[in-house]
Amino acid sequence: MATISKISRRAFLQATGLSATFVLGTHIAPRSLLAAVTGATEAKPNLFVAIASDGTVTLTFSRSEMGQGVRTGLPMIIADELEADWSRVKIWQAPGDETKYDPPGKDGQNTDGSRSTRHALQSMRELGASAREVLEKAAAQKWGVDPSKVYAENHRLHLRGKGQSLDFGEVVDIAAEIASTAADDAPKPKLKDPSKWRYIGKDMTTFDNFDMSTGGANYGADYTLPGMKIAVVARPPVYRGKVKSFDASEALKVPGVEHVMEIPALADDKPAEFRALGGVAVIGSNTWSVMQGRQKLKIEWDAGPFVTHDSSTYDAELKASSKKPGTVVRKRGAVEDAFANAATVIEAEYFVPYLAHAPMEPPVALVDANLRPVKVIAPVQDPNQTRHYVAEALGLEKTEVECQTTLLGGSFGRKSKSDFACEAAILSKAIGAPVRVQWSREDEIKHGYYHSVSAQHLKAGLDKSGKVVAWQQRVASPSIMALWNPAQNGPVDFEAGLGLTDLPYNSIPNLQLETGPAAAMIRIGWLRSVNNIQHAFAMHSFAHELAVAANRDPLEFMLELIGGEDVMDLSLDGVEDFAPYGDSVEEYPISPKRLSNALRVAAREADYGKKLPQGHGIGLAAHRSFQSYVAIAVQVKVGDKGELWIPRVDVAIDCGRYVNPEGVRKQMEGSAIFGNSIARFSQITTNDGAVDQSNFNDYRLTRLSDGPLDTRVHLIEDYVDSMPCGVGEPGVPPYAPALLNAIYEATGKRIRSLPLPADLRTA
Amino acid sequence: MLTLTVNGSSREFLGDPNMPILWFLRDELGLTGTKFGCGMALCGACTVHLDGSAVRSCVTPVSAAAGKSITTIEGLHPEGNHPVQKAWREHNVPQCGYCQSGQIMQAASLLAANPNPSDEEIVRGMDGNICRCGTYQRIFTAIKVAAQGN
Repeated sequence: MATISKISRRAFLQATGLSATFVLGTHIAPRSLLAAVTGATEAKPNLFVAIASDGTVTLTFSRSEMGQGVRTGLPMIIADELEADWSRVKIWQAPGDETKYDPPGKDGQNTDGSRSTRHALQSMRELGASAREVLEKAAAQKWGVDPSKVYAENHRLHLRGKGQSLDFGEVVDIAAEIASTAADDAPKPKLKDPSKWRYIGKDMTTFDNFDMSTGGANYGADYTLPGMKIAVVARPPVYRGKVKSFDASEALKVPGVEHVMEIPALADDKPAEFRALGGVAVIGSNTWSVMQGRQKLKIEWDAGPFVTHDSSTYDAELKASSKKPGTVVRKRGAVEDAFANAATVIEAEYFVPYLAHAPMEPPVALVDANLRPVKVIAPVQDPNQTRHYVAEALGLEKTEVECQTTLLGGSFGRKSKSDFACEAAILSKAIGAPVRVQWSREDEIKHGYYHSVSAQHLKAGLDKSGKVVAWQQRVASPSIMALWNPAQNGPVDFEAGLGLTDLPYNSIPNLQLETGPAAAMIRIGWLRSVNNIQHAFAMHSFAHELAVAANRDPLEFMLELIGGEDVMDLSLDGVEDFAPYGDSVEEYPISPKRLSNALRVAAREADYGKKLPQGHGIGLAAHRSFQSYVAIAVQVKVGDKGELWIPRVDVAIDCGRYVNPEGVRKQMEGSAIFGNSIARFSQITTNDGAVDQSNFNDYRLTRLSDGPLDTRVHLIEDYVDSMPCGVGEPGVPPYAPALLNAIYEATGKRIRSLPLPADLRTA
Repeated sequence: MLTLTVNGSSREFLGDPNMPILWFLRDELGLTGTKFGCGMALCGACTVHLDGSAVRSCVTPVSAAAGKSITTIEGLHPEGNHPVQKAWREHNVPQCGYCQSGQIMQAASLLAANPNPSDEEIVRGMDGNICRCGTYQRIFTAIKVAAQGN
C-alpha cells in the first residue's frame, strides 16, 4: 500500500543537496518475507520523488546498474505514472539502506537474480501515481476546484475542459503542504490504464548514454577522498592459503610506496562467505607505484589444504560422482523399469568447467574506516551486504557503515560479494587514511567466486517408435552454499531448481533427476544465469541427440517433449515449495505452452527448415529461467579447416510484461555474446590448488570478430499482460546448446564438453 | 622532466618515465574517462590517441609521449559530439559503459585513418577491444553509420 510520508523531505534534501520544495516519500508495505526477517513493519519513507520549483523531477534509484539497464527501466515506470516529461527527469542514486530504499520490501536493494523489474514494477507504478495525485490535488487547490477536474499530462496539470494548465514546478509549494498532512492510510493511488502508458513498453535509450560516451560516467575507481591512498594486494595463490613470511624491503624502495602490511588470513573456523581472505598489501600514492611494489615482494606462502585441488583429478572425481545414484530432486514413474523395457537406451556425459566473471571493471573499493559512519564507495550489487561485511571486518555495527553504490563496470555476479570492500576497510583502519583497493585483471581471474564446474550423466530410453519413455539426469557440481557451510557436498535444492528440477520436457512419462556429491575446493559463486548454464547445455543438447537417434526433426521432437500444457505442476512429481527465484509457482506458473511458443517463434524467424549449403547448420534450444521463456536459433558455418562462423542468431523471448523493449533486446544481444564466450572460449582450471589462467590471453572472451554480429531479437507479445519476468540472465542458458546443436547439424560432430576446441576437426 | 600535451593543454611530468600513460591520466591528471581493464594491452579499455593514433595507454610509458600530443575521451570533442560519439548514442550502444571510452577512441582512430572502412576492416580494427556485456552488434552498426556520415 502506498501512503504519503510526512518526514522524508528534510532528510532527502540533506542527502541529495537538491533544492526541491516538494518531496514525496512512498511506503509500500514489505511483503511478509522481509517483515518476518527484520521486523521492519512500521511505515518508513523509502522511495522519493522530488520536484523542484523549476519543474525538474529527481527520481531515486535504489538498485545497482551494471549494464542490465535497470537505472533506465525503473525510473521510466515512475515517470510514466507521474506523467513526467523524461527530458526533465534526473536520477539520484540511493545509498545502501534497506529500511528506506527497498520499495518492494523483498530484496533489500540486492540487485541480483534478474528480479528488479519483476519485483518493483507494481511499487514503482504506485509511487509515481501517488506523486501525480498529490500534484493534481495541489493544482485543484490553486484553482479552487475539485481534484477530479484536474489531470496531469506530460509534466503539466490541466483543468478539464478549460484550457488552463500549470507546470509541475508551479505547484510544488502547495504539493509539499498536501504531502505533509496526508494520512498514513491514504487509499492506493489510481494507476494509469496500460493503454495510456507513455514510456512503459516503449523504446527508451539508456539514461547514462551521454556520460558513457564522453568519459563522464563514474565507476568504482573514479571516486577519490581527501588523503586517499591506493593499495594492491598479493593474495595466497591457493584458496584459504596463508602468508608464512614476507620480505618487503625491495618493495618499499619503489618511489611512491608508503606501506607494506599483511591482511591477516581469515580464521580457519570462519567460512569464506564474502569476507577478505588475507594477503600482503602494498599501499602508496599512485596505482603504478604500488603495482611495481607488489612485484618486488618476496612472499612465502603456506598453501593449506586445498593444494590438492587439481582440475585433472578433480574433474575425474566429478565425472565418477555423476555416474552414481545421487539425491533425487524430482521423480516421475520408474525410470529403471522403463530403461529395461526400452527399445533403445542412450547415455551421454556432459561437462562445463569453472568460469570467471571477468567484468571489464575489476573489483575496486574505496573506504574511509576512520569516519563514523564509515564511508564505503564501491561498485557493488548489494550495498547492504557490503555494509554488513565491512562492519564485521572492522568490529562495528552495520548501522555504523554507509555504502554509496557507484556505476558497476559489469559484474555478472562478481560484485555481489564484498570481499574487496572488506580489504579496503581493513587497510584504511590500519593506516588511518582512506584507501582504494584496486584489483588487477590477474587478481580478478585468480581470486574469483567461480561458476561451479559440473559433470553430468544423462540417460534416456526410446521406444520402438522413437518416443522418449524415460529420462535420467545426474549432476555433480560443487555448491555455492559451501561459502557458508564448507562441508556442503554437492548442489542444494535452489541450485538444482535452476533448470534441472524444472526440466521442461514434461511429456516424458518416467523422469529421475538427481544431484551427486562434489566437494567445494575453491570459492564457488553465482555467475549470470548460474546453474542454468550447465543444466540447459546438457539437457537441450541431449534432446537433440535423442532426436537424431530417433531419426526425427529436432524442432518437432523438442516441441513434443515440452508439450503444450498451460502449467507443469512439479508437485505431481514430488517437488514441494519450488521457488528458486524467490517467487511462488502460484505467481509464476511454469508453462510448457509458453516455452513451446517461444521455440516456434525462434524457429520461424530463423526460417528453420530452409535448405542450407554444405557445412551450414541451424541449432535450437529453449529454456525457461528467471521466470522468462527464451528460445534461440543459432546458424553456423563450419570451414574446411574447422573454423566456425556464426552468420546469424535469432532470439525469441517471452518475458511477460516488459518495461523497455530496447533494454530487453540489448540484454538478449549481450546474452548471445556472453553465451558465446561460455560455449567457445572460457575456462578456469587449477593446478596444485592455484588457478592456471591470469588475463584475457588465457581466459578468453568473445571478441568482435568471433560474432555473432547479426543477432535478431523477437519480443513475444502474447503474454504481455501477465507478470513481468527476468531479462538480465535468461538469454544466456539456451545459447550454448543451440550453438552446439547447430555444429552437429553442420558437421555431424557431437561436442559434450565446454569450451569447444578452436579447430572443430579435433572435436 | 617531460613535457607533453594532453587534450590541447601542455603538461609537465616529473615522475617515473616508465609509468604507463593510463596512470598518469587517471591518478595525476584526474582524467578518469580512460579505464583500466587488463594492464597488458589485451582489452583496449584504456585506449587513447597519441598524435592522433590509437594506443593502449596501460602499456605505453609516459616517456613515449614526450613532446607529443595525447587525446583522451574527454578531449575527443568539446561538446562530446564527435560523429562516433553521436553514432554511439543514436544506436544506444552502451550497457555497463565501462569499455566504451576505449571502444569510441579506437573507432575514432579507425575512421580517421580510413574514413570508409569495409565490414572486414571494421572487424579487424575493433578486434582488440573487449566488451564483456556484449555490445559488439551495436558497435559494428554504429561505426558503419558514423563512416557513412564522413
